[in-house]
Amino acid sequence: MEKVGLYPGCSLKGSSREYGESVVALARVLGLPLEEIKDWNCCGASSAHAVSKELSLALPARVLSLAAAQGYKELLVPCAACFSRLKTTQHTLMGDDERRKKIEDIIGAEVGGVKILSVMEWLEKYAIDAIKEKMNHPIKARVACYYGCLLVRPSGVIKGDRVEDPQSLDNLVKLAGATPIDWAFKTECCGGGMSIAATETVGKLSAAVMEDATHRGAKAIVVACPMCHSNLDMRRPYINKNMEKATDVPVLYITQLLGMACGLTAEEVSVGRHFVNYKEEEICQK
Amino acid sequence: MSKIGVFVCHCGENIGGTVDCEKVAQEAAKIPGVEVSTDYKYMCSDPGQTIIKNAIKEKGLDGVVVAACSPRMHESTFRAACSEACLNPYMCEIANIREHCSWVHEKGEATTQKALDLVRMQVEKVKKDLPLSTIKVPVTKKALVIGGGIAGIQAALDIANAGHKVILVEKEPSIGGHMAQLSETFPTLDCSQCILTPRMVEVAQHPNITLYTYAEVEGLEGFIGNFKARIRLKARSVDLEKCTGCGMCTTKCPTKKVPSEFNALMGLRTAIYVPSPQSVPNKPTIDKEHCVYYKTGKCKLCEKVCPTGAITFDAPDEIITEEVGAVVVCTGFDVAPTSEFSEYGYGRYKDVITGLQFERLASASGPTMGEIRRPSDGTVPKKIVFVACAGSRDAAKGRPYCSKICCMYTAKHAMLYQHKVHDGESYVFYMDIRAGGKNYDEFVRRAIEDDGVNYIRGRVARVYERDGKLIVKGVDTLLGGEQVEIEADMVVLATAGVANKGAEDLAQKLHISYDKYNFFAEAHPKLKPVETNTAGIFLAGACQSPKDIPDTVAAASGAAVKVAALFSKDQLLREPVVAVVNRMAPPVFSTCVGCSLCVDICPYSAITMENIKDRGGNVIKTVASINPGLCQGCGTCVAFCRSKSIDLQGFSNEEMYSSVMAALHE
Amino acid sequence: MDNKDFEPKIIAFVCNWCTYAGADLTGTSRMKYASNVRVVRFPCTGRIDFMLLLKAFAQGADGVIVSGCHPNDCHYTAGNFHARRRWIVLRGLMDFLGIDIRRIRFSWVSAGEGAKWAQLVNEHVETVRELGPYEDYKKAADYLKEGVYNG
Repeated sequence: MEKVGLYPGCSLKGSSREYGESVVALARVLGLPLEEIKDWNCCGASSAHAVSKELSLALPARVLSLAAAQGYKELLVPCAACFSRLKTTQHTLMGDDERRKKIEDIIGAEVGGVKILSVMEWLEKYAIDAIKEKMNHPIKARVACYYGCLLVRPSGVIKGDRVEDPQSLDNLVKLAGATPIDWAFKTECCGGGMSIAATETVGKLSAAVMEDATHRGAKAIVVACPMCHSNLDMRRPYINKNMEKATDVPVLYITQLLGMACGLTAEEVSVGRHFVNYKEEEICQK
Repeated sequence: MSKIGVFVCHCGENIGGTVDCEKVAQEAAKIPGVEVSTDYKYMCSDPGQTIIKNAIKEKGLDGVVVAACSPRMHESTFRAACSEACLNPYMCEIANIREHCSWVHEKGEATTQKALDLVRMQVEKVKKDLPLSTIKVPVTKKALVIGGGIAGIQAALDIANAGHKVILVEKEPSIGGHMAQLSETFPTLDCSQCILTPRMVEVAQHPNITLYTYAEVEGLEGFIGNFKARIRLKARSVDLEKCTGCGMCTTKCPTKKVPSEFNALMGLRTAIYVPSPQSVPNKPTIDKEHCVYYKTGKCKLCEKVCPTGAITFDAPDEIITEEVGAVVVCTGFDVAPTSEFSEYGYGRYKDVITGLQFERLASASGPTMGEIRRPSDGTVPKKIVFVACAGSRDAAKGRPYCSKICCMYTAKHAMLYQHKVHDGESYVFYMDIRAGGKNYDEFVRRAIEDDGVNYIRGRVARVYERDGKLIVKGVDTLLGGEQVEIEADMVVLATAGVANKGAEDLAQKLHISYDKYNFFAEAHPKLKPVETNTAGIFLAGACQSPKDIPDTVAAASGAAVKVAALFSKDQLLREPVVAVVNRMAPPVFSTCVGCSLCVDICPYSAITMENIKDRGGNVIKTVASINPGLCQGCGTCVAFCRSKSIDLQGFSNEEMYSSVMAALHE
Repeated sequence: MDNKDFEPKIIAFVCNWCTYAGADLTGTSRMKYASNVRVVRFPCTGRIDFMLLLKAFAQGADGVIVSGCHPNDCHYTAGNFHARRRWIVLRGLMDFLGIDIRRIRFSWVSAGEGAKWAQLVNEHVETVRELGPYEDYKKAADYLKEGVYNG
């Protein structure tokens, strides 16, 4: 199996360390070759494109260029925001030769044609058989798969087939034995990058997501985006205030859930780093 | 030496604005063989035509080139003028200096030069033109009407009442189309079936109309006045002659849970079925896909109970050929299904239905006997949301066009709902209200003002189910963009009107054009709305674009008049654009070597091989022979002929060669 | 070679039902395109004798467009398919003759594709402009006249 490059981005090294750790742990237990690319930089996240169009393209372009130059054909981008920025950049530059040349001039290298994978795409492509084989602690709970916006939009760039009702996370949690619920807020906004600037608004939006998930009996919310995670997990006091009741439904990364189903311990996938406690007896049958 | 007249039209400012017409005329006068060259403001006008006619008479012209608009516009006008001045009309050619020149290029020397080149090309062509005479062909005074909805019914009745034979082909087991499915009609709220069913019966009983239901057109050959249609009479497994329509078979059929197409999949039917109680013919058909006998080889219960022995299992489809002189295509439309709408649940929510399904709920003959009830649990919805423009005017869904009928039927639906559920609340989300038409806007105002329907100007972003309710999230753009959330019991999507599933296929069989949405294309958007580009084939109704009933009926009558006008003549004059094999006398001198390649490639089977015999009856040569009645003038044989023995009148090798050479004149 | 100011001569061989009507629509829609093209109307692309295309080159055309109805939309059922086959054969012949095959553009333009016609003409004019004038035939003719053989 050819090595896949890993672009962690800043979240997976900082506020969402547990996501990064669980990605690496899961790759290890499933035997998937994964290697962090060298000398990577910030993708520009939600701020670069608000400042300069060129900067917002040049930063991700450099990452893509590095991955290609270091010999990777595929690049795993677990962070949904990084994924969105990299995909958007590739989409923009591939369709606009003039702009590509300009950006390549800025970064002093060719952008190259590395294939960008989200965590779901990576797992769907390489891990299905391994998960089936390694799975020894099936998850029996009902879970809500929450995609948010960056993993599915804009549809013209991401090109998923069910934009309004994506299925990839649902299919993966089914593999782990869990029951994904059919709910309405899969792709609604959690408030995203407004977490600090407008915490009240984030509380309101995230509460609507949480409300629908808990109302339909979800015992955990499964995400693949550091932003969604931090809003639903860290902003729980605001959410509870908006919902006018206290919820203690944990928010798990898909890699944590699959990792535990495949025998990793809670410590190995770092669930202890979350604000809302993960209750093993309710979710995992050990 | 030729004596050619060149007449350059200014078309007001249309040509004159960008092309220096005076200069074109002056320069054209210098072309060898040009006797007279002049320009005029409007060549197609009466005085303009008089200039041409006088020039022909005074100068004894033997060829005319009119530099004006596209030959599609006025070729026939100018040819008629030449004819009146005793010049063979086929000695007149049009240089298209408007659509292909003045309208598409900027004013300047290059454009004027191009106009002159275009004139020169036609002058050289005219020099090679030969006088031709029109071909007379007989007319078969029988029309084929494809589709038995209101458009087909109206067209068939009008043609039949004008005294001509009509063959009406309908692919479903009954005629009636979508109109038969409707509850009431806007803007009068009269019952659709009450006004339609008498027409359906009239069709069945009309002595001039032959009705083939459960039949489809397989192919069409020939040309105006002389078409040959192949029609597949699908085996309905019931002998219509013997069947009395007693209904024993349908009551005994063990397969009772087939979704009923007539009820827009809202109700159920049996495998041997009559679509609706008002069907014409009111006799059953076996649906082979669901019939137990066709699936397992056992059952035949219907055969046992049939008192007249009308059940004919395993009868094959029958293909018949009909000769007709004209065709009216009235194949109607379809509605986009709710499953197309991801944002409204991909068709997963039972209580999110289409407008057509609502019609069946509101219809007294529908699955709920006219009571508005939810498909999921049969309760009466107390709050209902109508979503207009579901899939129409939506480039993201690939349909930027307006489906035209939805604004009106949505108002009607909301009104019917309010009349039937007095304590109910209804909401309509809309983009604009398009209620152009006699008494249409008044109708919408009535829905809003008298019946209290809540109109919200804005789009619906999402519909989802929660605790048995449908949550409709939308926006009210008139209230400063406020988000609106309605807990509804039922949602009706005014889904887009789309072309019928088989439209593209049929268009290719008939050789008529269609647009990118598979609606059939009219010959001219304003002046030839019921004609197609293929002579003798006409259009009516929603197969052309979404249309309401009055427009459909008007178009159908229009098409019928065109057919009747065609049938008013015993012979048709056809353009002499046909292929000819060179046959100098004696015919043995033809350069044709009899390879018969042309016989195989002719799409109209117009070419046969003919034996030329000497006086003793011995075959001395075999040459190709073309039937001018069958030849359509495509010219494929001309390009195919290895020995250049076939030529196409009006587009001959010499004419085309001269034209191309003139275009490259230094 | 800088061909920036070169105005190529393009002859378009089009069918009456689709492309001619499409070009008419370009006109009625008032879309502008390069004036280098001269349209010759044929009843069908199946009618076009491809020898005439070579004659056009011999006479000094720098480029040629052949355009008719889309596959399956031929007014005469199959003429455009015949034209397509001929084009495949002609391509080989042109290559053999040393005519750059980019000088011929084969396309389908329907009666509803006014914009496509304008785009087709503009693109082809640009292509041919870059290729420069077609002079090989004239040179060959001159050689013949002057008795120069083998170039």
